Amino acid sequence: MHKGSKVELNFIVFNMRFTHLFFLLYIGVFFSCKQSHLQLTKIEAKRIDVNDSLLVDSKIEAFINPFRERINKDLDSVLSYSVGTFSKTDGALNTAIGNYMADAVYDEANPIFKNRTGYDIDMVLLNHGGIRSILSKGNITKRTAFELMPFENSIVVVALQKPQIDSLIIYLSKAKRAHPISKLKLTLDNDFEILEAKIKGNDINPNKTYYVATNDYLYNGGDNMTFFKTNDSLYVLDYKIRTALIDNFIKNDTINPVRDDRFLQIN
Amino acid sequence: MKRRDFIQKTTAGTALATLSSLGLQSFNTSIKTSKITILHTNDVHSHIDAFTAEDGRNANKGGIARRASLIESFKNENPNTLLFDAGDIFQGTPYFNYYGGELEFKLMSQLKYDAATIGNHDFDNSIEGLYAQLPHAKFEFLSANYDFSNTIMNTHVKPYKIFKKGGIKIGVFGLGIELNGLVDPKMFKETKYLNPIEITQDMTRILKEEQKCDLIICLSHLGYQYKNNDQKISDLKLAALTKNIDLIIGGHTHTFLPKPTIVKNSEGKNMLVNQVGCYGLYLGKIDFYFDSNKNKSTKGTSIIV
Repeated sequence: MHKGSKVELNFIVFNMRFTHLFFLLYIGVFFSCKQSHLQLTKIEAKRIDVNDSLLVDSKIEAFINPFRERINKDLDSVLSYSVGTFSKTDGALNTAIGNYMADAVYDEANPIFKNRTGYDIDMVLLNHGGIRSILSKGNITKRTAFELMPFENSIVVVALQKPQIDSLIIYLSKAKRAHPISKLKLTLDNDFEILEAKIKGNDINPNKTYYVATNDYLYNGGDNMTFFKTNDSLYVLDYKIRTALIDNFIKNDTINPVRDDRFLQIN
Repeated sequence: MKRRDFIQKTTAGTALATLSSLGLQSFNTSIKTSKITILHTNDVHSHIDAFTAEDGRNANKGGIARRASLIESFKNENPNTLLFDAGDIFQGTPYFNYYGGELEFKLMSQLKYDAATIGNHDFDNSIEGLYAQLPHAKFEFLSANYDFSNTIMNTHVKPYKIFKKGGIKIGVFGLGIELNGLVDPKMFKETKYLNPIEITQDMTRILKEEQKCDLIICLSHLGYQYKNNDQKISDLKLAALTKNIDLIIGGHTHTFLPKPTIVKNSEGKNMLVNQVGCYGLYLGKIDFYFDSNKNKSTKGTSIIV
């Protein structure tokens, strides 16, 4: 080893006059040689918890504070009032909070869709899992909308024919969950077979195109809703579900949703 | 062998310099050992504040002001420390909805992040939204497999960067996930996704063979592993199919690894893949110890995880 040092030695022997420096130089060369030869010998890894046992960096905290306060002020400004506490577990096949969310999507998205296309939205389908919190009795703020819908999912309208609508209805009858719907009325019998399905009060028409509003997550097959992908056209509204909720809260000073007969099982 | 010749020549040069200046100075500052500390986060998703005590899953965890003090203490312990993020800095709390990522970048700059790669959610306000926040970032964005040349981000993202700490050359490059099917094309515009394996072969050739880096780190937003999709490239796959990477710092899949995974690369050499979940709940810390040949008793590197 240390071929490099040998070269140095020859070099030094030819050029050196100060023999007392010989040793020092040798070491100097030896060390610089080492520097170039540094090799990875050991790796040690640890995962460190970031928790309340750690000190808070006060400079960072002070920097965040004005941003936080501005957000809080905005998020906590009162938009509306909820007459009760509503949860997505309040009903088997339809719930007050789910009905409210699907109706709010219809009310807020339909004028935009109609303005853009000339058509009306025929029905709305969201998913039960997309209701991310309860709606508590009392003041409703923007924060409420962020809690109900923290995700950035946007409203899309999908043009479907009867076969896809049938698949959608069968999906709902099999899922046996209170997936939020609006303008669709679905009645199941004791065995969860479909007794009646109506959109805006009419039977499903094989000659009609249905404009179904949902969100981009479900459109892309979320919650196994595979029936959206065979469609005539897709309309992206660039309108977030959360923004629609906020707009609806602003328009209504009291929110008083009810469970109704839109999705029922009849014994 | 070529490298050995090169080192030999360099050493001769050093000897000459030593002779002419009677260089006791360089004699005293010669480095025998070096320790490089790599700190890392991924998928912080705008989680600036700690989770509250009432939170159902992550009560009292996270918080960037705590992470700041932690990072500072590690930097005090070892000045040869680098701090990286593996993407998805944006999206997840109202801080992003309100400020578009400004605060995230400003705080990461104050924490002195050295580099980050780009995650799919970093396109959530479109490529213009990302571009608009760049002036707030005092750290480097690295992505070798996103070709931004037809976009507004052109020249603002580098494929790799070489850091020099404690006499060690550390080459770092970035990799992003396929955007098609994951991000709306109108958000990423004409960003082109290039094959991560081919790009990694280029990167490691440049960093190892041309630039002679002692340590090569990949910041990846490819995701740790896809059990149900054998075709999809992941960190574990990339690690096994390539060579000369010492560490992949991963993201995207929000995988909480209690310790890094040791993977055999295409040459059968051990390397590490790590990921620390999400939301700034954890900080990854990996120390690389370098030593001179003389002190190396056995061939190879001991990995303590």
